[in-house]
Amino acid sequence: MAEVQVRKLTLFYGPMRALDGVTLDFPDGQFFGLLGPSGSGKTTLLRAIAGFLRQQSGEIRIGGEAVENVPVEKRQIGMMFQNYALFPNMSVTKNVAFGLEVRKLPRPEIDRRVGEALELVRLGAFGARRPHELSGGQRQRVALARAIVTRPRVLLLDEPLSALDKALRVDMQIELRRIQREVGITTIFVTHDQEEALTLSDCIGILAEGRLVQAGAPREIYRAPINRFTASFLGEANFLEGEPEATGLRLADGSIAPWPNAAVSERARTMAIRPEAITLTQAKPDAAPQQVAIAGTLEQIVFSGPTATCLAQVGESRFKVLVKNQELARLPASGPVWLSWAADDAITLSS
Amino acid sequence: MTRSLSASGIAGRVYVGLVLFFLYAPILVMALMSFNASEFYALPFHFTLDWYRKLSGNEQILHAAIRSIGIAIATTILATIIGTMAAIALFRYDFPGKRALQAALFPPIAIPWLITGTSMLVFFFWVGIGRGTPAVLLGHVALALPYVIVVVGARLETFDIQLEEAARSLGASPWRVTWAVTLPWIASGVVAGALFAFAVSFDQFVVSYFLAQPGDATLPVMIYTSIRKGFTPEINAISTIIIVISMAVMLEASRRFRFGGER
Repeated sequence: MAEVQVRKLTLFYGPMRALDGVTLDFPDGQFFGLLGPSGSGKTTLLRAIAGFLRQQSGEIRIGGEAVENVPVEKRQIGMMFQNYALFPNMSVTKNVAFGLEVRKLPRPEIDRRVGEALELVRLGAFGARRPHELSGGQRQRVALARAIVTRPRVLLLDEPLSALDKALRVDMQIELRRIQREVGITTIFVTHDQEEALTLSDCIGILAEGRLVQAGAPREIYRAPINRFTASFLGEANFLEGEPEATGLRLADGSIAPWPNAAVSERARTMAIRPEAITLTQAKPDAAPQQVAIAGTLEQIVFSGPTATCLAQVGESRFKVLVKNQELARLPASGPVWLSWAADDAITLSS
Repeated sequence: MTRSLSASGIAGRVYVGLVLFFLYAPILVMALMSFNASEFYALPFHFTLDWYRKLSGNEQILHAAIRSIGIAIATTILATIIGTMAAIALFRYDFPGKRALQAALFPPIAIPWLITGTSMLVFFFWVGIGRGTPAVLLGHVALALPYVIVVVGARLETFDIQLEEAARSLGASPWRVTWAVTLPWIASGVVAGALFAFAVSFDQFVVSYFLAQPGDATLPVMIYTSIRKGFTPEINAISTIIIVISMAVMLEASRRFRFGGER
């Protein structure tokens, strides 16, 4: 078990700068999610930590030890791939035993640990099967068993659940989390699915265009995104633009959206409000301190079971409001509405 | 205006039949005559195994046959090892000059053997190897190499490089990775490549003719010089045997490697 530290990592893929001075800490024993759009560098970072890519400058330390000159096979990592990468010519048992056989452990020890690993992923009876005889979910569990049986210092997961269908993915997320907690291994998990990152991670790092945009606990980042990109990448957000003033943001229609209590001293030009923080009403709500209300036109309601997303035109922008099923009854199908929220629920953004 | 399906089907079949006939008729006649008593291809046909019996007593032909097989086996081993290593390297790595190398590997297949033979002869004399069995071996390996690389390379195209990465992440050295993960997958390609290499070497006439020491000939060269001296049906017999062996090897190779296609 070890922590991983990345310092000012810069990596070029041919002429392209894939990583630009990334500095990040992956704490020991934590489940860390690397999140970002395609091309953000998250997979590049993972592969650099694994040792498949060499950086042009910067440092990577695993357990305090700099690993520039340590080849992949000596870094004591475990890895899971999107396409499982199970050895097709070997049985499940042999696949899982591979890493232990490479380390030349005694046979009884190998058998014991393989048995334990397969029990851990609930595939104890599948030892003799071949990969092509397994379902996608089973293959992924074998891949997990194989990766952790060697007791690596770090577990690296490269979008391992992307190839699974939705229901299976959710099941595997739970399994993954359970096993990670049980084994206590430092885990770095790459995904482009923000929901997956939110549910699995102790910590999240958001990357875009090779740079680290924001890192922290999921709730923290969700509550206080640093900029527009993060606000709309992790969750959804509605934006208000205007001129900063002492009490709040002066909007185009002249009204003022008051700063949240926890506002930073620099006055920002943009405010973000989460769809679930807004209340929709037909009648104008009574004025209340630290309550914001603006007028809009309800255009569309998208029903999705327990909730519905209401799309309202507010000035120049389209607002998304998350409405509970029970509240839908009190709203018209379309027409003028009022959007209100607590000033404290707004988020000021620097850019 | 379309022709009826059955008419074009028949025309097509007749055409294929004619092509096969022109290809195989001389060979079939020759094979048949190896079992005929007459020395002069004269009919009526009397079945005999005499020529084959005479063959087993013919020291010259037998020595040449053993030399041919020996060289073919040595060529197969060398070309398969070198070719497989080259194919794996081309698959795994990017290096300066890779494109040029890939482009340079295949023209030799297209160059007429006459030209290859002459240029090799001149080159080997210039370098000091001269004629003889080492020269023949080198020549055969050079000729067989592109075939092995193509065949193994084709098999590698279906190989998922992440399997190698997975093995390395589990602690396997690059050598272990090749042995335990890559080779099992490409084994069928390696075998097909080896069979090609054997066929290329065993059947080789032109280059062997240039590079062999007179008197130390391989079988095809020996057959050629024998014919020039005077024809005996033992030639038919040994030729029939060579054809049967070569066809068996190529049929086995084509079972494992689809020309231009995927399995």
